[in-house]
Amino acid sequence: MDTEAPSPVIRLIGVEKALGGQPVLKGVNLEIPRGKVTTVIGKSGGGKSVLLKHMIGLLRPDRGQVLVDETDITRLRAHDLNEVRKKFAMLFQGAALFDSLTVLENVAFPLREKTKLRAAEVDRKVLEMLEAVGLTGMGHKFPAELSGGMRKRAGLARALVMGPEIILFDEPTTGLDPLLARTIHDLILETQRRFGFTAVMVSHEIPEIFGISDYVAMLLDGVIAEMAPPEQFQRTRHPGVREFINVGTRPEVVSSGAGRETREL
Amino acid sequence: MVTTAVAGVGRRSLWLVGEMGRMMIFLISTVAWMVRPPFRVMQVLKQIHFIGVKSLFVIVLTGAFTGMVLGLQGYYSLRKFGAEGLLGSAVALSIIRELGPVLSALMVTGRAGSAMTAEIGIMRITEQIDALDTMAVSPMQYLIAPKVLASVLIMPMLCSIFDIIGIYGGYMVGVNLLGVGSGAYISSMESSVEWKDVYGGFLKALSFGVIISWVCTYKGYHTTMSAEGLGTATTEAVVLSSVLILIWDYFITSVLM
Repeated sequence: MDTEAPSPVIRLIGVEKALGGQPVLKGVNLEIPRGKVTTVIGKSGGGKSVLLKHMIGLLRPDRGQVLVDETDITRLRAHDLNEVRKKFAMLFQGAALFDSLTVLENVAFPLREKTKLRAAEVDRKVLEMLEAVGLTGMGHKFPAELSGGMRKRAGLARALVMGPEIILFDEPTTGLDPLLARTIHDLILETQRRFGFTAVMVSHEIPEIFGISDYVAMLLDGVIAEMAPPEQFQRTRHPGVREFINVGTRPEVVSSGAGRETREL
Repeated sequence: MVTTAVAGVGRRSLWLVGEMGRMMIFLISTVAWMVRPPFRVMQVLKQIHFIGVKSLFVIVLTGAFTGMVLGLQGYYSLRKFGAEGLLGSAVALSIIRELGPVLSALMVTGRAGSAMTAEIGIMRITEQIDALDTMAVSPMQYLIAPKVLASVLIMPMLCSIFDIIGIYGGYMVGVNLLGVGSGAYISSMESSVEWKDVYGGFLKALSFGVIISWVCTYKGYHTTMSAEGLGTATTEAVVLSSVLILIWDYFITSVLM
């Protein structure tokens, strides 16, 4: 791990958000280092996705600031926010491909909407991206005809195609079997190394994410309880964080403990 | 006990006022996005196909039977006064002024409006709308505005098809089945239907097009994140759209008369 901390590309300062009267984020302070893979872990329903959506302005905080390259996006008007969003891409939980378009059209969508590239150029880029995510020859299929893993790959291709500085991943491996989850993780890491974007990932895949992240942060009770490089993170003394990351290694603990209890009963 | 009831009424009223405001803002922002480039011609054409062409069959079917039953009812009512000759006028006026616009709007609500709500609702639940936002493409412009524009353009056409088929249905029953004179049917229609009736009917169809697409896209856009939420949204869209069509019909008629 580098000793010098890269400059933060996204900074959240005291972000608070309540949804449906329930406080979800209670003063989140977080810095996302440039060009690295940062993973935010936390309980299901603990506000991880909410946190991610604040970074790209899909949600606005009740209080606090979200700085992207030192621009506070919480106060931007729609037009200026769209300018900032050009730096971003997001891979959604269900990949959020447009049902009415083929994979090819889905990946071409941002290019056709936001650039003036000629059709041949668009096609070339799209095919290149499909190849990068291992979907060569699948371009003519509709999202409904794809498996969960393939949909994630297509979503990743769509995210990559504009060459964004930052890609947000909302639980990229949810609903995939462990083997497929690993392939997707590897793919994210591989493309990150190749294209050099800043990756922010939200996940609860412990311990897999330790292997692919440069930094790990834990969202606990609406605040960031801990943020560190993986090795350091795993040695944390924070009791709440310890409890959460130990679940990943629980099988031995549970089997020995449970075994003893049954015998006593 | 009394205070809870009053508080409940107050809460409902506040919600209602808030909802009306949100719907109004939604409509205004749709129109604002409609007149801003890039213009989504392909999207509008697709929607015209979906709302218009695909509703044709049901419009023709309901139009024919509405006209036929009017012919039947009208004939037996008018015969009491010995005025069967006025059947053409009775059928044409009720269809052009009232039944054409209202029934075609209700049919389109059931067929295309509910599908609109479901489509947008699913896009909301599966985060496709958020995805558009993150790509800096306005969902209002890409999704909503083409639907509203298409349905405003297509409703008067569907209504006129309903009118023609309905009048012909009345003709079939009155002339071919019950023996009203063909000349009497046509000439009574000709002498009683005025341009302002046709114009009024089109104006109604136009405004119903706004109501259908507005209510149905709004409900889809604000679907809550569940399958149940989607079902509720679709039901609410169809009910609210139908009710608004009938209420608005009364007011616009009272102004046109």
